[in-house]
Amino acid sequence: MFRILKKNMEIGKVTLPYAVLTAKTPEGFFGAPEIDPAKCTGCGKCVIPCPTQALTIADRSAEAKRFFHLSYGDCIFCGHCGPVCPHQAISFKGKYQLASRTKKELCRESHFSLPECRKDAAFIPDDVLPAKGQADDGQSFSQGDFSGRLSIEETGLKLKDKIQRLFGRSLHIREVDAGSCNGCEVEIVNLSNPIYDAERFGVHFVASPRHADMLLVTGPVTRQMELALVKTYEATPSPKLVVACGTCAISGGIFEGNYAVIGGVDHSVPVDVYIPGCPPRPEAILHGIFLALDKIPARLSARNWVQE
Amino acid sequence: MKPVFQKLKEKLGCAILEVSEGPAKEWRVFAAKDSILKVAECLVEVFGMRFLFLSGSDTRKENGSFTLHYVFSYVQQDQFLIVQTRVEEKDPQFPSLARFLPQANWHEREIQDLLGLVAAGHPDSRRLVLHEDWPHGLFPLRKDFGSPEKIPRIAGEYIFERVEGEGIFEIPVGPVHAGIIEPGHFRFSSAGESILKLEIHHFYTHKGTEKSGEGKTPEHLLCLAERISGDNSLAHAVACAQALESLGQIEVPSRAQFLRVVFLEMERLHNHMSDIAGIALDVAFSFGASQLMRVKETLLRLNEQLVGTRLLRSVATLGGVRHNISEARKEWLIREIKKIKDDFDKTIQILWQVDSLMDRVETTGTIKKEVAEVLGGVGPVARASGIDRDLRRDHPYAAYKNLFFRVPVFMEGDVESRMKVRVQEVYESFKLIYDALHAMPQGPLRGEIKPLRPSQNALGYVESPRGECFHWISTDGQGKISRWKIQSPSFSNWPLIEYAVLENIVPDFPLINKSMNLSYSGNDR
Repeated sequence: MFRILKKNMEIGKVTLPYAVLTAKTPEGFFGAPEIDPAKCTGCGKCVIPCPTQALTIADRSAEAKRFFHLSYGDCIFCGHCGPVCPHQAISFKGKYQLASRTKKELCRESHFSLPECRKDAAFIPDDVLPAKGQADDGQSFSQGDFSGRLSIEETGLKLKDKIQRLFGRSLHIREVDAGSCNGCEVEIVNLSNPIYDAERFGVHFVASPRHADMLLVTGPVTRQMELALVKTYEATPSPKLVVACGTCAISGGIFEGNYAVIGGVDHSVPVDVYIPGCPPRPEAILHGIFLALDKIPARLSARNWVQE
Repeated sequence: MKPVFQKLKEKLGCAILEVSEGPAKEWRVFAAKDSILKVAECLVEVFGMRFLFLSGSDTRKENGSFTLHYVFSYVQQDQFLIVQTRVEEKDPQFPSLARFLPQANWHEREIQDLLGLVAAGHPDSRRLVLHEDWPHGLFPLRKDFGSPEKIPRIAGEYIFERVEGEGIFEIPVGPVHAGIIEPGHFRFSSAGESILKLEIHHFYTHKGTEKSGEGKTPEHLLCLAERISGDNSLAHAVACAQALESLGQIEVPSRAQFLRVVFLEMERLHNHMSDIAGIALDVAFSFGASQLMRVKETLLRLNEQLVGTRLLRSVATLGGVRHNISEARKEWLIREIKKIKDDFDKTIQILWQVDSLMDRVETTGTIKKEVAEVLGGVGPVARASGIDRDLRRDHPYAAYKNLFFRVPVFMEGDVESRMKVRVQEVYESFKLIYDALHAMPQGPLRGEIKPLRPSQNALGYVESPRGECFHWISTDGQGKISRWKIQSPSFSNWPLIEYAVLENIVPDFPLINKSMNLSYSGNDR
């Protein structure tokens, strides 16, 4: 007992205030790729090494334009695109607070004049680049195999006001792994360690969906987990929120298009917030949870959130 | 000809068609399908080889039939022996080894599900990987599977084995569990508190990873390998890279070999920290859990500062590593690791003296040595049951042959032993990191990249924090990846849990499960 006390006193307080957690980019962390529009020429070199086609290029000859598209909802933060850029336009500065309410907000698009692009020595025509089907910005849960089980009243965001009123102070979360690689689980478990200590924000992980206000779903939703996910959604009392955590949960990520994968949580149940990352770091998950509640602690008011 | 080959020919005569030396440490034996059982018996009983895994591939385009590869380990000579046989499409049966080698049970059922070949004489005819709503006659690993738009769901139910009698009831658990863990189903049959039978029904997270790997470039394959089991990202990536390097005859520079050791041991550290923390948490000793989770967070932040990712992703690359540790960084890392070691040491000294913890872990979830041996247990679970086995020492890869370390082995096979193995391994990992950093020579980080040789197979292997992990990659006539088999340690160890829980009480199950710490995603792929 004495040794436990001694050790506890030696270590002291390690929990970091939210303001400190998010004030500066974590040292060394790569984060998401950022593209400098002043340097990018739209040559297309970075599209080839991208394993998930988060970077895509489409040429429209009629308009003589080239469209360059970056989707954080597909990006697995592997960093392969950076070194191949001949113009050093891609940088990794530890960007991670990317959570958003729609998939569209996760996309960055820019366009270039096609004749100008062709002048670049590194230019690659779009017919030799990997092509990606139509990006799906909407939610297609109504076409899921088990959509018959979802009741209309529960779907959609119209309950938002009621939710905010009800969940003003605390939030109970049920985590559902719908086929993740367990990378996201590692980071969600870390939310409860003494450094992040999510409970001080009123965020509590519960053992049953029946006790939950929010489902935090990870993984690309495998075919064999789809029914379990829909049943868990059903079992959660309304009003409820769903957060898709990690790139797989947003778009299927690196597993997209596989026979065993549905490809994104919103193909099966409605989603309120998307958190990109592979896996998202604990601060990014907290940020996404706060976004779902419209309760992002501003840096200045962070003191209100942190129990000193 | 090697003496072993001569002895093989002598013992087996016409059962084997051809013997040859493959790349690196692989010997190849071609055998007729009908003599597989005889060959396996001879390899195991006469030579003392150990069955590792079975891989099936659709090679109908190349040679008109399916190919099965049975991989054995021959520790005495640091070699792998691969028995290759063909199965014709019109006669899709192959003899089952499961009665002779119970550890082949899941391997054969996986081939039945994914490749549509039939293991004749297998004691369990149920599906394993694909659940009952998957349509009949559709086999994803066949080359003519294509990429169907929508696969219909059919009606069907998995039949669990029933235990019947007065006062016996079934407890279904999962796939969505109470904690923040991965999905899987457990079906307990119990009388009172005591567990009479446990049956596991997994593969909920089956993502078709092996199929996804077909036709990928080596760099993209490594990205996928990092996502087989997130907490063992680097182990899988290095195993995959080693197989690719063997296929491309790519030489990995010495500095990169040492850096791989440093990073692999960093991965072992954060995994073992969280496992020991998990055991403390499951016995409600929150001091231990929070101290060790804090240490783990320190390690993850250290990873981040070294390579930019917390789970050591994007570290391994074809032919070497992507990140260097400079001289200045080296000193800093050694200082940090020393601090972490002291911190860990103090916490562990306290843990051993806490009665509420020790009472729960002693004699709980015992796995006998014979059971672990017969079912092919690997990693810390096997080492806690008295099986002295570690790929780092037995089949050294990267720079492990240049480094000295002990392999901790404990005899009792209970939760306490598994915890002790991990604690000792943590100390060995600290030592390996110092030694590797000191012994690391100067030089390039990446070897010369060459294209993969066509129509070849190669093996890559790593002792991951959970145990031995193998990647078996085949190329087609154009040098593209045509088959990628992943043998994860969790696939080997999951069947053991059905034995570990017997005669234990239901509330001890989470503790036993945590002490084995098996990955669902690594198992299901």
